[in-house]
Amino acid sequence: MPQYPNRQFLDFEQPIKTLYEEIEKLKQTAEKSKIDMSDSINKLENAIVEKRREITEHLTPWQRVQLSRHPDRPYTHKYIEKIFNHFIELHGDRNVRDDKAMVGGFADLDGETVMIIGQQKGINTKMRQQRNFGMANPEGYRKALRLMRLAEKFNKPIITLVDTPGAYPGLEAEERGQGEAIARNIYEMIRLKVPVIVVIIGEGASGGALGIGVGDKVLMMENTWYTVISPESCSSILWRSWDKKEIAAEQLRLTSIDMKGFGLVDEIVPEPVGGAHWDYAEAADTLKKYIKKNLAELKTIDPVKRIDQRIEKFGKMGFWEELTAEQAASR
Amino acid sequence: MKKEREEDLELNLTGEETTSESGEVKPKWYKRIRKGITTSTTDKRETPEGLWSKCPECNYICTTTELKENLFVCPKCNHHHRIGSNEYYDFLFDGEEYIELFDNIISKDFLNFTDLKNYQKRLDEIHTKTDLKDSMRIATGKVNGEGLVIACMDFEFIGGSLGSVMGEKFSRAVDYCIEHKLPYLVISKSGGARMMESAFSLMQLAKTSGKLSQLSDAKLPYISLLTDPTFGGISASFGMLGDLNIAEPGALIGFAGPRVIKETIKKDLPEGFQRSEFLLEHGFLDFIVDRKLLKNKLHDLIVLFRN
Repeated sequence: MPQYPNRQFLDFEQPIKTLYEEIEKLKQTAEKSKIDMSDSINKLENAIVEKRREITEHLTPWQRVQLSRHPDRPYTHKYIEKIFNHFIELHGDRNVRDDKAMVGGFADLDGETVMIIGQQKGINTKMRQQRNFGMANPEGYRKALRLMRLAEKFNKPIITLVDTPGAYPGLEAEERGQGEAIARNIYEMIRLKVPVIVVIIGEGASGGALGIGVGDKVLMMENTWYTVISPESCSSILWRSWDKKEIAAEQLRLTSIDMKGFGLVDEIVPEPVGGAHWDYAEAADTLKKYIKKNLAELKTIDPVKRIDQRIEKFGKMGFWEELTAEQAASR
Repeated sequence: MKKEREEDLELNLTGEETTSESGEVKPKWYKRIRKGITTSTTDKRETPEGLWSKCPECNYICTTTELKENLFVCPKCNHHHRIGSNEYYDFLFDGEEYIELFDNIISKDFLNFTDLKNYQKRLDEIHTKTDLKDSMRIATGKVNGEGLVIACMDFEFIGGSLGSVMGEKFSRAVDYCIEHKLPYLVISKSGGARMMESAFSLMQLAKTSGKLSQLSDAKLPYISLLTDPTFGGISASFGMLGDLNIAEPGALIGFAGPRVIKETIKKDLPEGFQRSEFLLEHGFLDFIVDRKLLKNKLHDLIVLFRN
């Protein structure tokens, strides 16, 4: 986790940066003048935590989207490192190549082997390019499916961590069937014989997210978003302008609170005060508790019943009006 | 050499009347300015004889009657015009006879979604202007004597977008197939998911896939026919999940729209990119079928699957 001055601050996080700067000044003064200033520093440090709370108490949907993309936010590998032991990464779709935007492998969750799969964003410019900003190609989705089948064969539960701005819209992605790859994953995931837990840890953009997002339980970290299109693209299409992303974010109702309210996700995983980027260990610890609790529940259900419930769960999603025969005739 | 028509596919998803059936942008003066003039789709079908139609591909001009008799395929260059569910049902079902199913399910604005227009208002307007209740209709009838359930999209209705109603109708059609032991044909023509239904529209991808797995367990054939255009959520779910995936010639089919890809890779797209022939070449289609051969081919397939 980056420490000040290596931390990055979003526009609405600037007041926190100011407090850090004040602490820095005090520390320098203390060093120069050899006066103990720890009391004032402590006060300011508490003020930082208070500020974090204050700022995140009334976030707009767009600010929530910004938090989900915070440059200091923990990504899939970070959660794996903090939650599991003996992670062994497995590579490749056995067909085209190894997609570095999608990672996965076996790991130990307090004595139980699980398969963990997720999109991975890069932590610096070079890595971001290598990871393609977390935008997987068809071979990424096919690698994920290969690993899921492997888990199913050896009766290991599957945990997926979703964090993607979308499936990659590239020329080669189309040549290799991006649509088919995602469709196949959705279709196969809904009938996996082992428990599947999905966690949105950052961005949950559309088909690219759902391509590893079909599970018995779908959880959303507090400061994440999940919907059919990014607010920016939605703005450009429906409002014919790139400037309406804030309004699009509101209209799309894409926050964890909305999604839980609609029954489209099962639980919200609370984050450290101010967001997961303030304390990786705490964020991972909470997530681990939620994963373990849900896994224990799911394991008590018979596999056939679990699949039926999964199909039924998604089958119920949607809203429509059903007209009576008379109503229909009068239209 | 086929000239590439430029069309902003995403724009169709806004639900605004931006393009004509042929994909040509309607000039502003063509817009209906007086309110209250409504012609239902069924009435519109009876085009008076003597009207002319120009092929958007080769500019060949023929009468609309001639075009209709040719199943809306250009007699000169074989360009397949975009048509709706009415037209497909009329030439696929024997004697133009079929029973429409689940047409009492209609969309509603659960989220109170407002972009440049309120979603409910948009729906009400389309319901007044057309006979269509949503972007997918379900019908069952006989194809050369063989029973079949056909789910067909209407591009006219917010770009054939996939929302809750399409997901629900699709699902009930699967149940109907299982109950009556009938094969299932889905004719896709869609710009993708319906943004005004936000995450609910996304979840239809999982919902429909779940139903398809039940159809699969019942060992009933599912044929996915992709027509121009099929994008986004459709190709990332049931569109690509057919026991057989087939397409009409020259149809644009893909996950991401050509404009988005162009902006991403900052290069021009190769000729024929995302066309049916391109997909066949890359292994994602079983075959391409001319509209005029479709009915007989479907019949043959149903019989082959059964015997």
